[in-house]
Amino acid sequence: MHHQDIPVDLALDIYTRVLRIRRFEEEVGRLFRQGQLPGFVHLYIGEEAVAAGVCAALTDEDTIISTHRGHGHVIAKGGDIKRMMAELFGKATGYCKGKGGSMHIADFEIGMLGAIGIVGGGIPIAVGAGLSAWYSGSDRVSLCFFGDGAANEGSFHESLNLASTLTLPVIFVCENNQYGEFTPAKNAMNINDIADRAIGYGIPGLVADGVDAFEMYRVTRAAVERARRGGGPTLIEAKTHRRGSHAEGEEAFLAGQTYRDEAETAAAQANDPLRLLHSYVSENGLLPAEQLEALDSDITQFVAEAAEAARNSPDPEIESLFEDLWL
Amino acid sequence: MPRKTYVAAIQEALAEEMRRDQRVFLIGEDVRIGVFPSTRGLHTEFGDKRVIDSPISELAVAGAGIGAAVTGLRPIVDLMFGTFLYLAFDQIANQAGAMRYMYGGQTNVPLVFMVQNGAGSSAGHHHSQAVHQFFMNMPQIKVVLPSTPYDGKGLLKSAIRDDNPVLFLHSLSLGGKRGEVPADEYVIPIGEADVKRAGNDVTICAAGPTVYTALDAADALEAEGVAAEVIDLRSLSPWDKETVLESVAKTGRFIAVDESFPTCSAASEWAATVAEEAFYQLRAPVQRVTNKDVPMPFSPVLEKAVLPSEADVIAAVHKTLA
Repeated sequence: MHHQDIPVDLALDIYTRVLRIRRFEEEVGRLFRQGQLPGFVHLYIGEEAVAAGVCAALTDEDTIISTHRGHGHVIAKGGDIKRMMAELFGKATGYCKGKGGSMHIADFEIGMLGAIGIVGGGIPIAVGAGLSAWYSGSDRVSLCFFGDGAANEGSFHESLNLASTLTLPVIFVCENNQYGEFTPAKNAMNINDIADRAIGYGIPGLVADGVDAFEMYRVTRAAVERARRGGGPTLIEAKTHRRGSHAEGEEAFLAGQTYRDEAETAAAQANDPLRLLHSYVSENGLLPAEQLEALDSDITQFVAEAAEAARNSPDPEIESLFEDLWL
Repeated sequence: MPRKTYVAAIQEALAEEMRRDQRVFLIGEDVRIGVFPSTRGLHTEFGDKRVIDSPISELAVAGAGIGAAVTGLRPIVDLMFGTFLYLAFDQIANQAGAMRYMYGGQTNVPLVFMVQNGAGSSAGHHHSQAVHQFFMNMPQIKVVLPSTPYDGKGLLKSAIRDDNPVLFLHSLSLGGKRGEVPADEYVIPIGEADVKRAGNDVTICAAGPTVYTALDAADALEAEGVAAEVIDLRSLSPWDKETVLESVAKTGRFIAVDESFPTCSAASEWAATVAEEAFYQLRAPVQRVTNKDVPMPFSPVLEKAVLPSEADVIAAVHKTLA
């Protein structure tokens, strides 16, 4: 991993984003197994380099749209871990006052326009955010995260075509984590690269190594520059790997059946984005070892405190059911 | 007062609102040429950016409207026919209506979906359904269905100025209908019914083209000595319960006339509300007059037979008087 074009502070920034996502998701997994969280949680472990590298190439004014597997996107865009944790607990202090939950986190203050629980459902909305920038003459870009499964939805195809015909500043980031729920992506499409689908819409389609956060940063930055210049949309396919379950506790749905290629899983585990970044940062002396350790333990502690605070937060008042309705 | 057609009144509302507010724009298939004359001529005045011809991609265009709305614009998404909303269902049902609530009030969706609603042009099942009842069932989507040029203009202006998603339904079969439209600025608040005709014997509630069916029936009933009160709801969600309940308190009889398929029709909701809240004022069971429960056929003869007719309304009134 040699990245002379990535300045030290940027490398550390990206590393910190990856680490924050990892420690958050590990804690969420623990909390879920302990039965502390209602509903479902979909963890981003193994995919952190995508959100971290991509969001490092965006400004606060740029917007993102996320998916059911969205915690990492929120953190990478600069979201508040405490408010997200409280939302996962369904508490009044959460991002959405307990009305959204894990699959519906939003933070409009930082341009995080929302996680969408319907596969492919967020893609058209991102086109609209791009249309808004184009309409207003702003140089803001709109970026949309979605998975390999969404690339088989009509909304993906309609959206790429619409953004292309209007030359909108939209960046489509497909996180190909190899599985749509329990179905291997290769069984759901007869192509190797989803990026090839861009050809059908007359826009660039790029394949990037989703394990390499710096590469994700680089390809995104190029797409952002293109979009800001009025060059229109780009499709980026990040090849990544969903380390764990589709949703935590999936064993209950599998009833003893399996769907994973074990050799592939083992290979992906060996190619861990956090470990790669950690090696790079320590081997190149970006931070002394003791500071690296302190960073990790600070984040781990912060996440644990967020969980503790969320647990002790008040439930929403029943009266709040009738708030946040029509203006 | 100038007389205008229904469709001209709608066009006038669009033009006036686009002049008033730079954030308002129109997007949809063939809105420049104006496949329905309601959008015709707007491109000449407002140009490419504010009158956007889109590919035939209802889902993406509906979603793009939402994305534009939550980032500061006020889109009007023209999806042409009511049935085409089915192609955009996810964006309307899962996103537009729920977004503000789901995200704890962080955003709002000032967006108008505009389509033609209902039958009358003998276009077969895919272009002749009334769809309002589906969207009445969804929380936080406003639904309006004007029956006159005056209401069309006033309600569309309100819809565009509303800070929430509004489904504006217009009717092709009323497109050529003329009526008085004031030259001066006015709006009609969403959620207010209009009592079209006063009467003490029976309340007939309708919206859109069925208002005329109800009025024709009321004329015929007058000859028999029955005074029917006809209420044009105009807004279907929220709807003006108070006006309906006040009328039923006076008449004691209630007929819901609605161009929907019968199960879970708009009429079902009106009738259930009257039965629930005005039961002791009723002198006869409530009656629903809706479409026949079949897909919409093509033949003009068959299409007419599916829709609520004047005779159906009169028969329903007679039942309550028996």
